[in-house]
Amino acid sequence: MKNPLTMKSWSPYIAGAGIGLLSWFAFATADRPIGVTTAFEYSAALAEKAAVPHVEQTNEYFAKKKAEGKPPKIDWEWMLVIGVFVGAMISSSLSGDRGAPVVPPLWRWRFGDSAAKRLAAAFFAGALMMFGARLAQGCTSGHGISGTMQLAVSSWIFIIVAFGIATLTVWAIYGKEGVSHV
Amino acid sequence: MFDSPPKLLLGLVTGILFGVLLQKGRVSKFEVIVGQFLFKDWTVVRMMGTAVVVGSVGVFALVAADLASLHIRPMLLGGVLLGAVLFGIGMAVFGYCPGTSVAGCGEGRRDALVGVLGMFAGAATFVVFYEQLQPIIQALGDSGKITLPDLTNTSPWLWVSLLVAGGTAALLWDRSYRKKNSHLSSQLVESDRTLL
Repeated sequence: MKNPLTMKSWSPYIAGAGIGLLSWFAFATADRPIGVTTAFEYSAALAEKAAVPHVEQTNEYFAKKKAEGKPPKIDWEWMLVIGVFVGAMISSSLSGDRGAPVVPPLWRWRFGDSAAKRLAAAFFAGALMMFGARLAQGCTSGHGISGTMQLAVSSWIFIIVAFGIATLTVWAIYGKEGVSHV
Repeated sequence: MFDSPPKLLLGLVTGILFGVLLQKGRVSKFEVIVGQFLFKDWTVVRMMGTAVVVGSVGVFALVAADLASLHIRPMLLGGVLLGAVLFGIGMAVFGYCPGTSVAGCGEGRRDALVGVLGMFAGAATFVVFYEQLQPIIQALGDSGKITLPDLTNTSPWLWVSLLVAGGTAALLWDRSYRKKNSHLSSQLVESDRTLL
């Protein structure tokens, strides 16, 4: 049998079951659900603390988080995000699944081959997505996977609305013709 | 400022496994995420659905055995709804979600990397305007950390059973559908081929 790590892809059912089992592991060993975006919030808060003197007195964020017992810190989830980067690097290096173009083919078909345009869009869309994730306190991982498996009402509402809006947006951008360019 | 070193190491190990699974599952790719929203590539739904079904069984078993606790995000409807709308638009244009963009960076995708820088900017904006955003987040009430079993006054195992039954039915339907249409394999996307 071929080494699974040198394969370019696994069945989405196998990979999905793996993420389910990994959630058991996270709950059992750290009593934490898998999530990603709180780590970004904490990083931004720690950066603000380092850059702006006395910000803890002027921005209510710090007092409130302290009162909630959740002061921004380098924590389990922060290391998880680093791990995702490392894991994907190991996986793609072992299989040779690297070297994707800066401008994805579907994007190029719709918007042309300007890398600057694609990167600017990625920056602002990434910012908007993260801002939304923090307003809702979760993302595809924290709400969409970890929250829904815990049967959280907020998470089911979040993922249905977020994926519904994403579907409408993608169809507005690429339309019916886009389907044949994926 | 820091969690304990063992907990940090545990986070790193969990993350590495998560990163390998996201990359092997191909959701670290723009075309797979956008392909899902165009209903061309069903990788995201297959993967997320399986993760939720498998995960729910173990998590509620761990909670029942008192080995873990639930971590529910509060039902702040204003924040959840506005957040979901902005998140959906951002994800559609970017072509990655937060976790998969970090995995995309690991795969060497430069658009994902620039998007992650944007994500820091988005998080910073949220922190700076945290106080001013509170009225919006709480605009439509706060129902607290409620779950579907709380809301309906039912056992969580009823819901877990429904998830398992629904997931199994979807898996069987997917299999028979693919078998019936296997002659169309030239039109299939990569992740359909890994299933055949």
